[in-house]
Amino acid sequence: MSLALQDNVTAPAGPQRISTFKLLLQSRLASIGLVILLLLVAIVLLAPLLPLVHPDQTAPANRLIRPFVTAAHWLGTDQLGRDLLSRLVWGSRVSIAVGFAATLVAALIGSVIGLVSGYAGGRTDNLMMRGIDMLMAFPYILLALAIVAALGPGLMNALYAIAIVNIPFFARNVRGVTLGLAHREFVDAARLSGKGHLSILWSEVLPNVAPVIVITMSTTAGWMILETAGLSFLGLGAQPPQADLGSMLGEGRAQLFTAPHVAIVPGLMIFVIVISLNLLGDGVRDALDPGLKSGALSRPGPVTRIDRTKPAPPNSQPEAILSIEQLETGFSNGNSTTPAVRGVSLHLDRGECLGLIGESGSGKSVTALSIMGLVASPPGVITGGAIYLDGEDVLSMPETRLISLRGSKVAYIFQDPLTTLHPTYTIGQQVAEAIAAHQSLGRRELRERAIALLEQVRIPDAAARADHYPHQLSGGQRQRVGIAMALANDPDVIIADEPTTALDVTVQAEILSLLKQLQTERRMALLFITHDFGVVAQICDRVAVMKDGEIVETGQTRTVLTRPHHPYTKRLIACVPEIGDGDRFLPRVEKLMASQTKEAAQ
Amino acid sequence: MTAYIAKRLIAMVPVLFGLSIIVFMVMALIPGDTATAILGAYATPENVERINRDLGLDKPLVQQYFIWIGNVLHGDFGRSFTLNRPVLAEVMDRFGATLILAGTALVLCSLIGLLAGIVSAVRQFGWADRIITFVVLAGISMPSFWLGLLLILVFAVTWRVLPASGMYAVYGGGDLPDLLYHLILPAATLSVVAAGVIARLTRSAMLEVLRQDFIRTARAKGVSETRVIYAHAFRAAIVSVIPVIGIQAGFVLGGAVYIETVFQWPGIGAMMVKAISTRDILLVQGGVLVVAASYVLFNLMADVVQTMLDPRIRT
Repeated sequence: MSLALQDNVTAPAGPQRISTFKLLLQSRLASIGLVILLLLVAIVLLAPLLPLVHPDQTAPANRLIRPFVTAAHWLGTDQLGRDLLSRLVWGSRVSIAVGFAATLVAALIGSVIGLVSGYAGGRTDNLMMRGIDMLMAFPYILLALAIVAALGPGLMNALYAIAIVNIPFFARNVRGVTLGLAHREFVDAARLSGKGHLSILWSEVLPNVAPVIVITMSTTAGWMILETAGLSFLGLGAQPPQADLGSMLGEGRAQLFTAPHVAIVPGLMIFVIVISLNLLGDGVRDALDPGLKSGALSRPGPVTRIDRTKPAPPNSQPEAILSIEQLETGFSNGNSTTPAVRGVSLHLDRGECLGLIGESGSGKSVTALSIMGLVASPPGVITGGAIYLDGEDVLSMPETRLISLRGSKVAYIFQDPLTTLHPTYTIGQQVAEAIAAHQSLGRRELRERAIALLEQVRIPDAAARADHYPHQLSGGQRQRVGIAMALANDPDVIIADEPTTALDVTVQAEILSLLKQLQTERRMALLFITHDFGVVAQICDRVAVMKDGEIVETGQTRTVLTRPHHPYTKRLIACVPEIGDGDRFLPRVEKLMASQTKEAAQ
Repeated sequence: MTAYIAKRLIAMVPVLFGLSIIVFMVMALIPGDTATAILGAYATPENVERINRDLGLDKPLVQQYFIWIGNVLHGDFGRSFTLNRPVLAEVMDRFGATLILAGTALVLCSLIGLLAGIVSAVRQFGWADRIITFVVLAGISMPSFWLGLLLILVFAVTWRVLPASGMYAVYGGGDLPDLLYHLILPAATLSVVAAGVIARLTRSAMLEVLRQDFIRTARAKGVSETRVIYAHAFRAAIVSVIPVIGIQAGFVLGGAVYIETVFQWPGIGAMMVKAISTRDILLVQGGVLVVAASYVLFNLMADVVQTMLDPRIRT
């Protein structure tokens, strides 16, 4: 948690506070929590002024009146004839006060421990954190019980117990952030200017740690009210005649079968207080630390959303195995869509290798992922065009048909083989899964086929390697696994999305020649995405150049390399350093970049 | 793996040592004369002298600790003066009942929490997600002892389908079906908060994982969506949920105190509450120590399971 919290601490405190509050109010649930809480606090603060009978005034004749029966006792009475509404208000007053007090005490002590521990570092930090770990080694409520056992039952002792039990949460969160701040430039500067440690902690570190303290307070306050009520319920907190919601509930339990409302009403009140605090707490956390926002990440669906407004354009390349016609893919953010691919048309003949080249952000990966509906969506959406795979429009297929063609007809190889392989399955299992997704084979046969594939991509000692996990392999070997998975079902098309970018140059060359060899042997079509013309020159028959979501030039690799038309292509080609180029490389590229600015100015 | 478990077991020793110091210190901090505080109304001069001798209260604090821990290690937790029997015997009698209750609740909250979390993530922003999110929020905001009373009212008083209290029927019970029958309400009540916490965490872990590159790889292979969610996403998400389940073991063991009181379950929590009000300090001390030690063990188990599930930590 503390790691994620560090990101937002550098934000200036002043103007952020206003926007944070606004942000908080934007969340409907948090606002509801805040309103209920303010209302409750107002009621309990005004309790002495409200026209209520004294909460301890007994009237044995009016025992156990049900709620909503008499106007005099709107919520009924308890076993001693005391007015429940009045007791509820006064009991809430005690519960809320004790809960908030416990929160403050825990925040104060815990934050001091966290600040000192994180700021001092080293041995002090180690010692203090081991102590905190010890406190956390106890089951939460048990330690509170032990403390109450030592101090004796009573409301104040319950307060101390709950506060102590919650200190570790503050200490740990505050320490985490302080640790990150302790050696930042502005803290060093303050130290060099001769400020004392206390003054640095107070004026430099604390303001940056404050959001974390607020977040922790808002997420633990509900717990603390719940737990103090719990101790009172057990008879270890508030002692009669003093009453909080917990002790009211505990006393009402004796009448559970005859007059359940005496126990139910105070419990309901605790529930309302805690749920409003939790709503507010979630809102505070989301507003102060968007990184932690619960479930803000939207889940990508199995297939990219297709929302074509125009009819699918006809297939202009019926002979091609893959033909993309005027593809438009964008990313929707609420009501508008930012286009990433604008009317791209491409085709890939059987057994051909087409290079798709462009700089990062040019839309080449989005184009590639659109082909089998793999653009994460939301936010991705395909807004137009058609993709003909062997004459059939992928974008018009039912979802199940599209999924069944993935890997069998069109296979992908992705860029970073460490993040693209599942961390908890062996490579053998992952290759076997690629086969099993399209062929029903026995366990043994699957394994044999997987090992055979690993051998084909020249992983040494494949049978033993099959039982290794991705993190145990080198980058080059991991990418070989990626290639093996792509080959598993003899697809017609392989789409390789920068498959060598994350690798060392020597490994890159090996992977390229392997890929080229397999492609020629198996007569597969290969769509090779890269930003490196050197790579294109090595393996591609044709090349398409992409810029800002559009194809700016396409042709035979040799032609494009020798006679590039578009200035962008010229620049990309110039970016490949040549042996012997030496000092002349930068001036040469600089000149071309200057022409780019002129272009933009026109 | 064996080496790892052995290493973790050894690492437990200082933790247990620390626990025992805290438990000892808490009891040593009792204001006033400890013997009188422990004995309360039973503080006759002979009793005070006996306690002082038993606990070595006439010696320095450090020495007192070592005498005490020495006795504890020999299985001597002292004698409960209210029950007039050895603390260890009483604690062990009660601990079984607590383990049954807490263990069942832990299994229940893990199953419900994981399932609810997965459904919530898969149906993100759909109605199922909204309902689960709301129920989870309500669940973790609810006093469990109050929920217990509500359930008793509904199932034991109004519908009369489940027993309101106890572990076995007073007459003729005592077998496993009878135990399970009595276990339903308390275990369900005890599991609510933990299930909520686990569901929340599972949801966010699943959403986090579903955005990872390896999920896209699985989809690119043509793996069915069901398999993507369970075999790939959940398999990776569970690794980060397991330690939280370990922590929930602590909340469940602690929360058992309320539930045992509400349902008159003859466990260690109910025993301790009674012991605190009768100032039977040695009994409280023994109970706290045993439950805390078992929690440490639970956490160790969670770590071992996590290690088994994640090859990256294993090697």
